[in-house]
Amino acid sequence: MSGRVLVGVKRVIDYAVKIRVKPDHTGVVTDGVKHSMNPFCEIAVEEAVKLKEKKLIKEVVAVSCGPQQVQETIRTALAMGADRGIHVEVSGKDYETLGPLQVSKILAALAKKEQADLIILGKQAIDDDCNQTGQMTAALLDWPQGTFASEVTLDADKLKVVREIDGGLETIKIKMPAVVTADLRLNTPRYATLPNIMKAKKKKIANVKPADLGVDVSSRLEVLKVDEPPQRQAGVKVETVDDLVGKLKEAGRI
Amino acid sequence: MGIFQRFARLPLKPTCIWSLCPQYSTDLTAVGRALIVRSSQLIQHRYVHNRGLGTGPGNPGSAPPRLPFSRVTQEDLAFFRTMLPGRTITDPDLLKSSNVDWLKTVEGNSEVLLRPKTTEEVSQILRYCNERNLAVCPQGGNTGLVGGSVPVFDEIILSTSLMTQVLTFDNISGILTCQAGCVLENLSNYLEERDFIMPLDLGAKGSCHIGGNVSTNAGGLRLLRYGSLRGTVLGLEVVLADGQILNCLATLRKDNTGYDLKQLFIGSEGTLGVITAVSILCPRKPKAVNVAFLGCSSFKQLLETFQCCRGMLGEILSAFEFLDASCMSLLEKHLKLTNPITESPFYIVIETAGSNATHDEEKLHNFLEEVMTSSLVTDGTVATEATKIKALWSLRERVTEALTHEGYTYKYDISLPVEKIYDLVQDMRGHLGDRAKNVVGYGHVGDGNLHLNITSPSKDPALLASIEPYVYEWTSEWKGSISAEHGLGLKKRNYIYYSKPSEAVALMGSIKAMLDPKGILNPYKTLPDNIH
Repeated sequence: MSGRVLVGVKRVIDYAVKIRVKPDHTGVVTDGVKHSMNPFCEIAVEEAVKLKEKKLIKEVVAVSCGPQQVQETIRTALAMGADRGIHVEVSGKDYETLGPLQVSKILAALAKKEQADLIILGKQAIDDDCNQTGQMTAALLDWPQGTFASEVTLDADKLKVVREIDGGLETIKIKMPAVVTADLRLNTPRYATLPNIMKAKKKKIANVKPADLGVDVSSRLEVLKVDEPPQRQAGVKVETVDDLVGKLKEAGRI
Repeated sequence: MGIFQRFARLPLKPTCIWSLCPQYSTDLTAVGRALIVRSSQLIQHRYVHNRGLGTGPGNPGSAPPRLPFSRVTQEDLAFFRTMLPGRTITDPDLLKSSNVDWLKTVEGNSEVLLRPKTTEEVSQILRYCNERNLAVCPQGGNTGLVGGSVPVFDEIILSTSLMTQVLTFDNISGILTCQAGCVLENLSNYLEERDFIMPLDLGAKGSCHIGGNVSTNAGGLRLLRYGSLRGTVLGLEVVLADGQILNCLATLRKDNTGYDLKQLFIGSEGTLGVITAVSILCPRKPKAVNVAFLGCSSFKQLLETFQCCRGMLGEILSAFEFLDASCMSLLEKHLKLTNPITESPFYIVIETAGSNATHDEEKLHNFLEEVMTSSLVTDGTVATEATKIKALWSLRERVTEALTHEGYTYKYDISLPVEKIYDLVQDMRGHLGDRAKNVVGYGHVGDGNLHLNITSPSKDPALLASIEPYVYEWTSEWKGSISAEHGLGLKKRNYIYYSKPSEAVALMGSIKAMLDPKGILNPYKTLPDNIH
């Protein structure tokens, strides 16, 4: 066992930002808009760093796919405690069409190259809500998966994962190497403190191209149109109970 | 007038309960309550003639006796109902929240709440009230902390809550004109869509009205960068006590034609006129905002950090706030917030706002590296994303909220020379000892403004007697202000002499008499009782 954990981190539009659809309806406005690390990816990084602090694993490697800007996201992971980073360079049209299938191929290739024992990802990204990358990566590697994890316990080469499912909680035991995807209640990500932010500046980020990993990033999906959800109708204020009854009758509700 | 005559003329309803005191049982009869009120008022009355200084059995912050204004009659209500149909509120349940202040420490007994929509309506209301000698309490968001926004007795509440129109916005000059009842947060949202921001920001933004902000000359978190409302307000429309509409709603950056009347009304707390519209200069929305949350082991190092900050971040610095370890434990205890860094005696919130993210981050990182390596700062964290920025700001903005969970809070808003700020907190701790539950200090250290708060499980007159006038005398000794930004309202009106000479206060009285001869605008507030 190499004791190495791969953590995928995605750079997405910050969740507090108001999303605007581009006038040509081909996507959303990303220029000049505040971006940050996907909240579920933060939770994944936190879990990996916690495992390292408990001395259950040896090294945390943060990976992100995208253009130059994703290096900021990798730096944040390094400031939280990751040891080194890998920037998989994807830009332009390829980046616009980059989706879970291509990313999972990249992660699978990297996992083999780095001889990772464990891959921790966020359960989904807040921009596309796909919830597919973790599962696809596990399938490509033929590794077991513990998705929607709200608790992870490491014991030698086995993982106990408590999963959040519709009916409640499900506990499974899987053998390493494995893929785990983080759900909201897994942990509360730490703030990157100044001493760590300073240290992170010195940590290495390696650059890799998808072609170097033998991965074809072309997409088989085409986005036809992006629209805003229908506008919410404003409520109406009434002065008296009689008015209320009248309006309800008008609307055919009573 | 003899005491018996006074009692004989008492109405059966209580005239005033000036504090929600737990020991006042609701079973008290109306007359019983009135007796308690009256006797304390008489003590007050005697006390107040000592210029409000010195210790005594009464408290200069409590209500004075009711002045001889008229009482609201059925004819008055009929007039209001005709002028403002559906907007003349007399239902006691609806009136309740407008009769009590945000801190729940002061309660009036108004029976009428008026909600005008236009300046013309405000003018008609005031003209009528002036003729009828009816007292009026103007009310915005009712978020004031000195009891200035609620009636003391049965003053008619004049609410700006329906005056919410934005009138104009010029996106070249950044000048916004709007009605006085616009909520600050709504104005911020309106401006942000147009790439501008309001020049002021405070914790109460979700509820406070711009008219109230201007009439109290609110300070807030951005004063360090954008200055006070005295600089950013370009014009006002004010209705005077006799109903006259004074339209000085200029939208000019520079206008030196005669006396600058708007400065009289800014900060006058509704006692010289009712502000109905505001024109204000708004800055561009910064492209890059960063927040750093730092820990310091001593106040001296905090001040040195401030010096360093001014030097290295100068032009992009937009806020420099502090809170002490006691504040942090209250936030953790009552609001379950987490401390993002290691425990320290002092915490600083620094905000930078600039036009270029990369430049600002570089400046900020250089500054942080400097203060970390020189050990001025023991730990810290930085945020560049909106969600994290909000989380770090809430550690400063929610201290007031956390304090309300302690029981009763005695609040002091003091301006002092910056080096002396924390000395006052430590002095008070020593002076009060076990009598106080908690003594905390936080505030706009960059502006020399301390918020000193002393908590106790419930209202404690003995504790109050140890705090006041000690705190005011201390402040006066260092030539500070006993109310940096909160104003005087009801609670601090009689302490004005600690920070202003008597000639100045006398001149204020003359101006008040000239603009409001009958004294109907927000009586019992701002100016000391002995001014009459």
